Amino acid sequence: MAAAAGNSGHDSTPGMTRQILDFCEDLRGEGVAIGTSEIQDAFRALEIVPWTAQVDFKESLATTVAKSPRDREIFELVFDRHFFRATELAALEFKDESESARQIQIQEAGEDAGPIDTEALAQAIREAIEAGDESAMNDLARLAIEAFGQQGESSGVVGVDLQRIRRGLGLTANDGAGEPGEQQRQPLDRDQLARFERQLRRELQRGQIQRQEKLPPARPLSELNRALPMRGAQDLAAVHKAVSQMKRRLATLGHDPRGAKRGRTVDMRRTMRSSLQTGGVPLNLAYRPRRPRKPEIYVLCDVSTSVSSAATFFLSVLHALHDSFRKLRSFVFIERISEVTHVFQEERDFREMAERITSEGGVADVSGYTDYGRVWREFLEDVSSDLGPRSTVIVLGDARTNGRPPADDLFAKVAQRANRTFWLNPEPELYWNYGDSVMNAYIPHCDGAFECWQTEHLETFVDIVAAGRPSLQRPTVRKSGHRF
Amino acid sequence: MKAVYSLAMSSKVSSLPETPEQVASTLRDAQYLADDSTALIAFLAQRLGKPVLVEGPAGVGKTELAKALSRSTGRELVRLQCYEGLDEAKALYEWNYRKQLLQIQASASTSPEGDSDSQVDMGEIFTEDFLLERPLMRAIANPEPVVLLIDEIDKTDQEFEAMLLELLSDFQITIPEMGRIEARTHPIVLLTSNNSRELTEALKRRCLYLWLDYPSSEREIEIVRLHAPEIDEALAARLVEVIDMIRELDLKKAPSIAESIDWARTLILMGAKDIDSKVFRESLSIIIKHRTDLELVAERIVPRLGRSGETPPENSKNGST
Repeated sequence: MAAAAGNSGHDSTPGMTRQILDFCEDLRGEGVAIGTSEIQDAFRALEIVPWTAQVDFKESLATTVAKSPRDREIFELVFDRHFFRATELAALEFKDESESARQIQIQEAGEDAGPIDTEALAQAIREAIEAGDESAMNDLARLAIEAFGQQGESSGVVGVDLQRIRRGLGLTANDGAGEPGEQQRQPLDRDQLARFERQLRRELQRGQIQRQEKLPPARPLSELNRALPMRGAQDLAAVHKAVSQMKRRLATLGHDPRGAKRGRTVDMRRTMRSSLQTGGVPLNLAYRPRRPRKPEIYVLCDVSTSVSSAATFFLSVLHALHDSFRKLRSFVFIERISEVTHVFQEERDFREMAERITSEGGVADVSGYTDYGRVWREFLEDVSSDLGPRSTVIVLGDARTNGRPPADDLFAKVAQRANRTFWLNPEPELYWNYGDSVMNAYIPHCDGAFECWQTEHLETFVDIVAAGRPSLQRPTVRKSGHRF
Repeated sequence: MKAVYSLAMSSKVSSLPETPEQVASTLRDAQYLADDSTALIAFLAQRLGKPVLVEGPAGVGKTELAKALSRSTGRELVRLQCYEGLDEAKALYEWNYRKQLLQIQASASTSPEGDSDSQVDMGEIFTEDFLLERPLMRAIANPEPVVLLIDEIDKTDQEFEAMLLELLSDFQITIPEMGRIEARTHPIVLLTSNNSRELTEALKRRCLYLWLDYPSSEREIEIVRLHAPEIDEALAARLVEVIDMIRELDLKKAPSIAESIDWARTLILMGAKDIDSKVFRESLSIIIKHRTDLELVAERIVPRLGRSGETPPENSKNGST
């Protein structure tokens, strides 16, 4: 991908075709899956939409190659990066002609007014921002850079200059406490201000490239990688999405192999239909497909200090689960276990919910260290009578017992009563069973144990659970053992 | 500047739009205010003959777009509402077994000779006469071009998606007993999804993609005024402002555009001049449909209204409940 970005300019055929192919290559490098057929679609679309119309060009390209909100986000970033670099490279090559023209333009503007009037400039920029006039903003951005350059305030660092110019012009968004200042200035819309800033930044970069006569290295969009949402509500959306997928898959899962022939009803319509092949004699019975049954889910979440960094993540998972499942009971535990289902039902706001759980949970007893043995015992006593063949138990915890007995026999009982049991561990698999982690004691009783410290892992969990890999199937002995 | 568009596709339908602006204006005539990208993609869909996958939160007008397209192009709208367990017998086609049965019996009674004749009948009863058309089949077999709306595709399972692939890429359906049925006309196909699960790559690859979000305030004011023309401009602006505030809260179900319009109509009926906390409380149930949401909105939004509203707060408190 780096190669593609690198040779985007020096290619001898600087046609649009080349550019678009390079651009798609660039997108692929950032993890957007683009098929050849989609590139063909893009070209077909661009045949009927003139690529001289900038918005249409971009939207046509976007609709054919970026097929999800996330892809679209990456598309925007890569689009700016790619075509900005492409035009800059072209500008460097034809520097003499175009640049001198631009210089003259700016000089003329400068000479007319002498030193540029900052106040008037700020006013003009405000008007342009409010009107949303992109091309005016672009011109004014250049003028602003020129004005502050005259005052000898150019530091040569894009970010610093940007802030300086913004402050110098007194441009503030309307989010903060808008001080009712001198002349009751209309606060600016934050998005529109951001658009102007983008223009400024681009012009500053352009100036820098002109001075240094070379392109800065292309920066990969590494920060786009989805990391563990430690910051609670911010990344809730990602977790919610993964969980809503999980909901669908759990709901339609794991009930076909067992007792498939029992209690099925004959589908008269389909039976009659197929009977026609045997001259109206219903030889083959067709059955109605079974209705997917509603799973009952029990989530046990460790909130002790050893997992405190992951606890926020787990709580957001719980929060999302509660949005998706009607029959969901959630528990938090450290030394003892406590049901927090009602908190989720009453509290919508994530932060308040987290606070209430820490204050009302009452799960720390004396030491504040996790006691898995006691947790299983209490869970068995209080809840296990409700567990049945429809129940799914999901444990979120690191299996670090602080040296206390793991009581895996009790956990085995829980797992046996429930239909399925999954364990999500916030530690990388590498660390399992080191120190006081007793993961191995629990794994044999689970239908699956997964590391889970990124939203991606959550998605993998959903995928694996949904695919119903044979390795996840529990030995049939145990299944039939408790059913009768 | 009017650009010249090359005719990339030769199609039987003569009324293909020439520019995205033309699509936008016909959609506007059909009471749908499309933004630039929506109009562009609707234009591309017709010119390229590709299905469009429309995603976005509930209530931003995904289904309405299909209806408006049908109105603006004068095509019939064929709608397939997806749900869990939807199968091909309900979506594609089914053999009309009653009719087939009667046919067999009828031919058996006219020619009592026996087996050899009924063998012949077997071939004859698997013809188009005995086929029950379901929405997808109806869409492509229709002699007039239609708009096909496959609503909430994310509610079905992946197997159903796979079944759609043949239809979406080649506009044809294969029936084992009969062979291939090809589309007589090119339908405009829209698939909508609320993003409740990830659709397969194969499906996405065959579609253009359109992400619809809540409209900007200006656009929503326009939409509200288009559908409730009696409302005055200031009230519409205020209404949209309040709706925006509500959408920023973390609600179970944020108010949709349709609900904004309903609310506007309600306000007209109530004869409200401004949205103060009294009016707001009385009409709250139009836009908020969850008990917990009601509480949250009452707690967060109502105080803000009391301050900025024209009626003094004490007054409005007495009036409510």
